[in-house]
Amino acid sequence: MGRSLPVLLLIVALLAGGSAPLWLGAYFLGVLTTAFYFGVFAMSWDLLFGFAGEVNFGPTFLIGLGAYGAGLLNTAGLPIPLCLIGGATASVLGGLALAVPALRLRGPYFGLITLVAVLLLIDLIVIFAGVTGGEIGMMVPDVLSISARVNYWYAFGFMVISGAILFGLSRSALGLILQATGQDRIEAQALGFNVTKHKLAAFSVSALFSGLAGGMLTFYEGTASVDTVVDLSIAVQIIIAVVLGGRRTILGGALGAIALLLADELLRPLGQLNTFVVSGVALLGILFLPDGVLGLVLHPRRVRE
Amino acid sequence: MLILQILIDGFVISALYGLGAVGFTLMFGVCGVLNLAHGGIMVIAALIGWWVAATYPVGPYGGALAGIIAGMAASYVTYFAVIRPIQRSRVIPKAEEEIFILTGTLLWGIMIQVGLDYVFSNNPVTMRALIPGVVSLAGVRTPLNELLIAVVCWVVIGAVSLLVNRTRIGKQLLAASINPRGLTLLGFEMSRIYLIVWTIYGLLAGIAGVLLATFLGAASTNAGALTASAFTVVILGGLGSVPGSLIAAYVVGYAETITAYLVAPTLRPIPALLILVVVLYLRPQGLLGRR
Repeated sequence: MGRSLPVLLLIVALLAGGSAPLWLGAYFLGVLTTAFYFGVFAMSWDLLFGFAGEVNFGPTFLIGLGAYGAGLLNTAGLPIPLCLIGGATASVLGGLALAVPALRLRGPYFGLITLVAVLLLIDLIVIFAGVTGGEIGMMVPDVLSISARVNYWYAFGFMVISGAILFGLSRSALGLILQATGQDRIEAQALGFNVTKHKLAAFSVSALFSGLAGGMLTFYEGTASVDTVVDLSIAVQIIIAVVLGGRRTILGGALGAIALLLADELLRPLGQLNTFVVSGVALLGILFLPDGVLGLVLHPRRVRE
Repeated sequence: MLILQILIDGFVISALYGLGAVGFTLMFGVCGVLNLAHGGIMVIAALIGWWVAATYPVGPYGGALAGIIAGMAASYVTYFAVIRPIQRSRVIPKAEEEIFILTGTLLWGIMIQVGLDYVFSNNPVTMRALIPGVVSLAGVRTPLNELLIAVVCWVVIGAVSLLVNRTRIGKQLLAASINPRGLTLLGFEMSRIYLIVWTIYGLLAGIAGVLLATFLGAASTNAGALTASAFTVVILGGLGSVPGSLIAAYVVGYAETITAYLVAPTLRPIPALLILVVVLYLRPQGLLGRR
């Protein structure tokens, strides 16, 4: 495959995505807007999982901190940009708190800590229902825009910029060192890389984008609730999106998220069985296509040694 | 009086947690598999047991038996449809097998939950007590069924520990958890050992699910919480350590019961999570875990 083909495809996708509000109905614009924020969640998660090799079962811990942080500040009267910064700060602090055990614990232990972080956050939100709205959710006074088109462009622009930054990072020295650390921590250290510093950087970047996206999603929907930004089922969707789209590709996560949310919409007539079918397809995907769609395109068939 | 109530209730809950966790930890110790569909398998046993007992004239014991068989069947399906394909796959790198098993069983657990939801709805069901009647223990009215649950749990846990420590099969399991390659070189078939572990695991999860249905009731929506509590107990006790899991089951069970009675029922899950976080920061391998 030529080097120019992926670039060409990317340009076509960007043009199609950017011009969509001109030819697509408001309903699908809405679906895509949410999907784009999910795309950012998935890309941030891939930076930690695909590159740093950390199984983070709690991406929604970071997203939830960003969403609720921004929402609470907005309720206190701050304008949206300041709220987003505040939410992202809360998320980065949360990410650093998660990174501390990640530097000591491996594999399932770390996965469990992240899972527990999500459960604790849900419990806290429910306990402090007076401020957070509990299980019902929290309304925020301001919204990004009431126009579906403007909202779409915000989301699309945000995803493209985040994608470019995250993809650039993954191809930079940072990404390579993270990948080396994920594969063989001791050897990476022996080569003189400061593993701790790079891991902390990865957690901060992942948390920054997760938190920002969480905050933006809150101001798009005008509400934040456990079901939309913190629940474990959201984390599962993010994981499915990355694995189906292709791990270690960053962009695969965004593709996977968009495909997943569109499939969810198209399968709506199935009612309850919707989730069953999506999970089933994802399961078949990881059994037979473990590198994901983009992984298959970018580096075809490696056989395990 | 309240203290005695807490002691009795906590003991029964903890015994159930212990039973659920023993299978889970045995599975990790021997096969290296962390099964995130664990809660789903327990709920299958609970709901099938309830449905058979409510539909056919087989009595509560017939229903319980059907539930246990359903749990074992679910365990086999999990092994053959999800775990074995991942372990034998030639495209999944060996180093990432653990992550794939976690993701795969997570998805499988969701499929079980949604499927049960579709077939049985998500209304909680409660099976009829295996023994009706109430006794007074030093003034606390306790259903006989609760005592039966505690007894059954401990008898089964005792039987498993006898099996592992005293029999030929148990020795093979122990050897497999220490050095699978050595065992293969001695001419033992690993796939047979895995099958034995999945059988024991299914049996334990099935029994735990059925007992849970007669005590607290069960619903498809419980699957996630049941997995989380088994995971918590097992990690707290130390992965792969059966005595550690049992101690952790009692720590978690009593922490939850005390909170529910003395503070507020809604805060029930929080202390266990906090204990877990503290233990993992201070002693990452868990209470009795090996490094």
